[in-house]
Amino acid sequence: MKGLFPDVASILPTLFGGLQVSLTLTFLSLLFGLPLGLLFSFGVIAQNRAFRYVSVFFVEVGRGAPALVLLQLMYYGLPNVEITLSSLASACLALVWTTAAYTAELIRGGIQAVPAAEIEGSDALGMSMRDRLRFIEIPQGLRIALPSLMGFAVLLFQATSLAYTVAVPELMSQAYSTGSSTFKYLPAFVAAGLLYLAISVPATWLSVLAEKRLSRHL
Amino acid sequence: MIGMQMLHAVALGLPLTILVTVLSLGLGTVLALPLVAGLRSGNRAVWLFTRGIVDLLRGIPPVVWLFILYYGVSLGALRMSALQAAVIGLGLVSAAYLAEIFRGAIGSVHQGQWEASSALGFRRGALWARIIGPQAWRTAIPAYTAYGIGLLKDSSIASTIGVAEIVFFSNQYARQSGEGIFVFFIAAGVYILLSMPLGMLSRHLDTKLRKAVAR
Repeated sequence: MKGLFPDVASILPTLFGGLQVSLTLTFLSLLFGLPLGLLFSFGVIAQNRAFRYVSVFFVEVGRGAPALVLLQLMYYGLPNVEITLSSLASACLALVWTTAAYTAELIRGGIQAVPAAEIEGSDALGMSMRDRLRFIEIPQGLRIALPSLMGFAVLLFQATSLAYTVAVPELMSQAYSTGSSTFKYLPAFVAAGLLYLAISVPATWLSVLAEKRLSRHL
Repeated sequence: MIGMQMLHAVALGLPLTILVTVLSLGLGTVLALPLVAGLRSGNRAVWLFTRGIVDLLRGIPPVVWLFILYYGVSLGALRMSALQAAVIGLGLVSAAYLAEIFRGAIGSVHQGQWEASSALGFRRGALWARIIGPQAWRTAIPAYTAYGIGLLKDSSIASTIGVAEIVFFSNQYARQSGEGIFVFFIAAGVYILLSMPLGMLSRHLDTKLRKAVAR
């Protein structure tokens, strides 16, 4: 253990670039995954069969298969059908899929938790279905789902660590290359762990805080 | 024909996927118990220490724990095997998540149950074994099985340190044959098939046991 801390301290700053890539990957996955998740949350109960089947397929596979399998599928699999993507793009695609599938269920839960009286009220006011979705169900449903969506975002950030298996130069792969070039594996991984910790723990507190604040009126 | 080869490749990994999942769930369950005790402790220092451990275990991605254990930890000249590192790493992370699940379940047991047991003069051991434990366990089952399903998928992370489970063999097959797309779809299908009966069992137990818990 002697000498671990100086090593960690000297490796830590060299990993900031990797952390930035991890955060970018998280942000992009949420940016594209959340709207898709909202779409699928309606798709899984849609009247239109084609829409429903496609949504159910993406949601069930996205939730049922490990993120690691989706990552490898996109990176090693897509070239078989003549689609070759950069490692960042394929990692992004896989994590967008995961995000959309998980958030579809979370958003669905939020929308179902909107009080029935709200729906009745909008019917009584003669609102069209589109207006009801836009002004009543989606805003309130998303508000209810927000704490769990924030919790998911933390897990997603942690899951970006798997993108190192498809050669994305994110935090984990930076730590690994530092470890293998200097043989200081333990300090490198401890430094990476500290950086993950520095983001996920405050983010978790934030989601707990959001949960408390949003349920204040109850 | 090629489909059979792929299925064979994926099936080779099945035993270790199941082994890693079962062992780390077992280890996590056992280690979760002292953590729950710490999280329920009235002693501020003990509570803070346990809270810190749980946040530390959950705040670092599982793959980082696996790498720390596999590459970083050595006892003298002895290094951990990949399987040991995977089971211990995933077990530790599970302990933290399961401790939170158990803590919530214990908290949901109705206050009157505690009062009634102390009124009836139950000792601590009997209180936990016969009153609180069974009721908390029933409440915890849906979340516990859901975590188990999640762990089944997380066991794929063991492939990164060379445990020969499903993703490890799929990956090997994809590299050798250059046919990545189908083999990973088959792997995905196997994970879904494995988690389906668990999910059904969980929903069944949930509806059945919901009625048996006093509230």
